Amino acid sequence: MKRFIGFVRKEFFHIMRDRRTAAILFGMPILQLLLFGFAIRNEITEVRTGILDLSHDVVTQELTDKIFSSGTFVASGVLNNGKETGPAFASGKMNEVVVFESGFAGNLQRDGTAQMQVITDGSDPNVSRIITGYTESVVREFLVEKAESTGTAQGVEAVPVMMFNSALKSVYLFVPGLMAMILMLVSALMTSISITREKESGTMELLLVSSLKPVQVIIGKVVPYLLLSFVNVITVLALAFLVFGVPCRGSIALLLGESLLFIMTALSLGILISSITNSQQVAMMISLAGLLMPTVLLSGFIFPITSMPLPLQVISNIIPARWYLVIVRGIMLKGAGIGVLWQETLVLVFMSLLFMTVSVRKFSERLQ
Amino acid sequence: MPEPVIHTEKLSKRFGSFTAVDEISFSVSAGEIFGFLGANGAGKTTAMKMLTGLLAPTSGQATVAGFDVYRQSEEIKRNIGYMSQRFSLYDDLTPRENIRFFGGIYGLGKAEITAKCDQMLESLELVKVRDSRLSSLPLGWKQKLAFSVALLHEPKLVFLDEPTGGVDPVTRRRFWDLIYKAASDGITVFVTTHYMDEAEYCDRVSIMVDGKIAALDTPEALKGSFGTATMNDLFIKLARPAIRSGE
Repeated sequence: MKRFIGFVRKEFFHIMRDRRTAAILFGMPILQLLLFGFAIRNEITEVRTGILDLSHDVVTQELTDKIFSSGTFVASGVLNNGKETGPAFASGKMNEVVVFESGFAGNLQRDGTAQMQVITDGSDPNVSRIITGYTESVVREFLVEKAESTGTAQGVEAVPVMMFNSALKSVYLFVPGLMAMILMLVSALMTSISITREKESGTMELLLVSSLKPVQVIIGKVVPYLLLSFVNVITVLALAFLVFGVPCRGSIALLLGESLLFIMTALSLGILISSITNSQQVAMMISLAGLLMPTVLLSGFIFPITSMPLPLQVISNIIPARWYLVIVRGIMLKGAGIGVLWQETLVLVFMSLLFMTVSVRKFSERLQ
Repeated sequence: MPEPVIHTEKLSKRFGSFTAVDEISFSVSAGEIFGFLGANGAGKTTAMKMLTGLLAPTSGQATVAGFDVYRQSEEIKRNIGYMSQRFSLYDDLTPRENIRFFGGIYGLGKAEITAKCDQMLESLELVKVRDSRLSSLPLGWKQKLAFSVALLHEPKLVFLDEPTGGVDPVTRRRFWDLIYKAASDGITVFVTTHYMDEAEYCDRVSIMVDGKIAALDTPEALKGSFGTATMNDLFIKLARPAIRSGE
């Protein structure tokens, strides 16, 4: 036990003395969270909107006023004909143009329908989709009000309610993903680097000749990162709550427990990586390309898994972060308990055991 | 004749169809400085790994410090010191922290570590830099420290794997003074090297070629029986026909 404590203390010395390591370990989680929370937002504000009114009647005027009074849209000019649309988008002056057909009010009166066109900048499809949605809802609202005032209210209206995140804040979405990413980075990347560093410097041999068992060496290398990762989880959660008001609706204890499980999975991946290579560089490449990229791209962190093509959906199943994300979102945003999340939990348990078994076997194999 | 510290009988290691170490037999007695020479790829490292309990032999017999390499690798590890190539210690720790860490790893008590640490820093004249990071120290100092750390737990036998690589001749000579001192204290020294002048410093040397021991005797006797003027000529004469070329 004394040997073990000495080992762990040495590992902390390494971490604290290497400024880059310390910066990655402590600075990155905070920086990432603030970046994702403040800079990267899906909510759209200040849509620069141009109006091309071919009708110039009372209704189009009312509708235009309605659009600009919603707060989301900013009037950025009036167009006189369709030819001006292209240049307006190209110069970035507008990112939406609303076109009213000629005789708008008359058509509406006579046929009950009138055409308006919403043109958006397709070079950023996500933003376009959101802007279009906003515009549609404004128009819908306008029609309902109008119908009510004339007493001809009729038809079906779908009123959307966003469960668990009624304001559709993107930071709610990012925090769980960010936790997965940071834990992957700290646990897997840092562990694999720190083990391969001992191999590169030759100190690993020294440790192994010193009657420490390989398993003891591994545990000694891993425990500090386990502790640090756990500190990171708490930091991210606290920051998310204090700065961005992200709630934890479920049990915090469960969330921490599941995070610990995910850390174990990531750590065993880190050990696995370090058992198949002897160089820090290779370990870093494998960790970044093989772990971090899939964690960001295929786990459902940024892109929804359901909209991926089938092969990628299948691949996403072997990415630990995919399961951890479901768990974290479940607990934090939906207040789910273990009764709902036991399957995901089991997947992570299974993955950890698998990676650990393989890596311990690999590790002793290489010594033979 | 006291019991040999290392004794091997037809010790072999095969990796698949490749025989890295081919039936080597030799003995090293207590207090001896035994030079273990051979070109790169001759099988030195593999042999050394078997003797230090890191690698299980494929066949043959060997005892190290009286313990069997097959069944008692843990006991062997507890009774030997080891200094690896590049005299590796932790560069980002200070001399004091390195000594304390390895003392702890070797299972020494706290008071013992403190006493040893002070004594070692004193005798190596490292007191002034005991709290500087190792990376800021000259190579020769690190080398001395690595050697002393290998002897921290007072082993009967110490393995030195190319302990003087990349070090200038004066520093090498000084390092050999340390080795002589250890040997005079009764510690057996098993050393690999590529420097033939160092081979002359050994009590006996063995030269490995293609996994076998091609020659084993005192430097004087070897030069006599092979009719070469220097160990360097002898080494080239023996190692040149090797099938397995260096890396």
